[in-house]
Amino acid sequence: MSDKELWPEGVQRCSLKLFIAWLAVIFAVLAWGVYAAYVVWSGGLIVTGMDNYFAFGLYIIFDLAVIALGAGAFFSGLLYYLIRVEGLKNIINLAVIIGFICYSGALLILTLEVGQPLRAWFGFWHPNVHSMLTEVIFCITVYMLVLTIEFIPIILENRKLNKIKFLHHMAHNFHVIMPLFAGVGAFLSFFHQGSLGGMYGVLFSRPYAFREGFFIWPWTFFLFILSAVASGPGFTMLVATLMEKMTGRKLVDFSVKALMGKISGTMLAIYLVFKYLDTWAWATGILPRSGLTFSEVFYGVAYGKWLLFSELIVCGLFPAILLLNAKTRNTPWILYSACTLVGIGVIINRYVQTAQTLAHPVMPFDRWYVYMPTWAEWAPSLAIIAYGALILSLAYRYLPVFPQERKLNQA
Amino acid sequence: MVLYLKEFKIKWGMVIDLDRCTGCGACMVACQAENNIAPPVDASNKRYSLTWLLVYQLSNKQPYPNHDVAYMPRPCLQCGKPNCVPVCPVIATDKNQEGGIVSQVNARCIGCRYCMAACPYHARYFNWHDPVWPEGMEKTLTPDVSTRPRGVVEKCLFCHHRYMAARDKARIEDRDPNALAEGDYIPACVEMCPTGAMVFGDLENPEHKVHKLSKSPYAFRLLERLNTKPQVYYYSKREWVRKQGDNYLEHETVGGV
Repeated sequence: MSDKELWPEGVQRCSLKLFIAWLAVIFAVLAWGVYAAYVVWSGGLIVTGMDNYFAFGLYIIFDLAVIALGAGAFFSGLLYYLIRVEGLKNIINLAVIIGFICYSGALLILTLEVGQPLRAWFGFWHPNVHSMLTEVIFCITVYMLVLTIEFIPIILENRKLNKIKFLHHMAHNFHVIMPLFAGVGAFLSFFHQGSLGGMYGVLFSRPYAFREGFFIWPWTFFLFILSAVASGPGFTMLVATLMEKMTGRKLVDFSVKALMGKISGTMLAIYLVFKYLDTWAWATGILPRSGLTFSEVFYGVAYGKWLLFSELIVCGLFPAILLLNAKTRNTPWILYSACTLVGIGVIINRYVQTAQTLAHPVMPFDRWYVYMPTWAEWAPSLAIIAYGALILSLAYRYLPVFPQERKLNQA
Repeated sequence: MVLYLKEFKIKWGMVIDLDRCTGCGACMVACQAENNIAPPVDASNKRYSLTWLLVYQLSNKQPYPNHDVAYMPRPCLQCGKPNCVPVCPVIATDKNQEGGIVSQVNARCIGCRYCMAACPYHARYFNWHDPVWPEGMEKTLTPDVSTRPRGVVEKCLFCHHRYMAARDKARIEDRDPNALAEGDYIPACVEMCPTGAMVFGDLENPEHKVHKLSKSPYAFRLLERLNTKPQVYYYSKREWVRKQGDNYLEHETVGGV
């Protein structure tokens, strides 16, 4: 028995048995996450590591990280459909699917994060136009719709579905209007990536997170956008490479990967200029104005200076140099390592902005606390990764995701 | 949505004399009882308990015999420029009524906890547990205060229901509800304080004691330099206590005499 007729034309896939065994592993992790979700919904957020000090925890850190890493979708879409960077044609489908996974996964996690999930729609019904979170709620939802619209033609190109005339024409028409959605998606993603950063920057009574503003936006608004577009393309390329390693097939030409690395490196360099300026202005302006010294906002291992060093140097300056240099960028293992470091850097940034901001004792007689996520936070987060693996596995097996696959594997 | 300081003709506020406070905790108990805060599930874990008003212990960190402590009751400070209000995505909290009390609409709150992240005073509390009162104890509930379900953020409202009752009483007695005399409206914690450390009134009314006390050189507000403009003032003649009201760098001097 085989499902060969559903595969894209001229490609090779593993046996159905092996595929089902792989799906079983994925479903086991998913089941653990669903059980955790049941525990959280039925028992409340008391089962998490969050408390009166840590209003936000792993759910938010995970959300911010995947949304940053999913930025490959909007930025690649912007570069391909609007600026016409032709090389991205061979990876744009994957970028869209990763974006879809990251955003839908983030929304799924958010249903656990709010204390009153049944009232989550109040964000649309009673919006506070001054709240950065309102902007996030609107943009993330609408962008999710845009990503769904961008994903639909890829699904309709399945070999069997595409034989149905109506669906064939529908997919074609979707492709024709895709630049419009790429533009809308870029606009929406730009604002909500920014608003996620703005969420922290406007906390004027939390000196670790507070930043000065440009017009109505704090600096973090722009820093979050830049760090997302620096890490997103590299992450997309890494996922393609991981899929190649797992399937044993060449999926994307290395020149495309190097191009993604170049985009990541360029955006990272631009980001770092502003990030260094921001860190300097924060350490010499905001902190002393709040009566704090640079050393006072770091604590122990969980909130140590090593995080800042790792974020700005090891996962910032170092990979930026490697990615901007053509020689190192064109060496596969260096390219992959550099993009991995960039991804780690953005995760560190989202972690410190969330956990360290809340852990830092603002009142002089208060004390530091260390946030530790519980299994009820890890399980849904891992389940979202499994959910991503499920979508990618199905898409890879049954949809024409990689236009170069046939050519690259002809031997 | 307060992005700027909102001024009110009436501005209810508190002055707490930290030299008088003994840290007895009567204010905390009064607050719990008055505002229908359910008995804690695990009272040993303070990071999950609801204490709208929390008494902090301050220490001058000097060795004996120079060691000194002070106790600092901390209700919601009803900031003039509250950080919690502009961040709330659903306008569940606001500061737009006469009296300048930061409101919290429990039925509107979605439990995102962004307001908790914004408040540097930890004055907002998430309802981690379903509120359960032991059998018979429901008779002690205050009828004018709604109970809150699990999953929403709650906070001190200066016993706002008492303000409403005082205004109603003034109307019935044919007095101006917008010109309440000192003592017409006081929160439960102030009423219960055995040492008279807590004084409550209209900060804008020269006839109210708080007006004068708040202008004393010994009065200070928590984290003054963060510019949240709290309507709760603290008072202490001890310099080290005033110094702990804000973060001071080594070269900086503290206010007062």
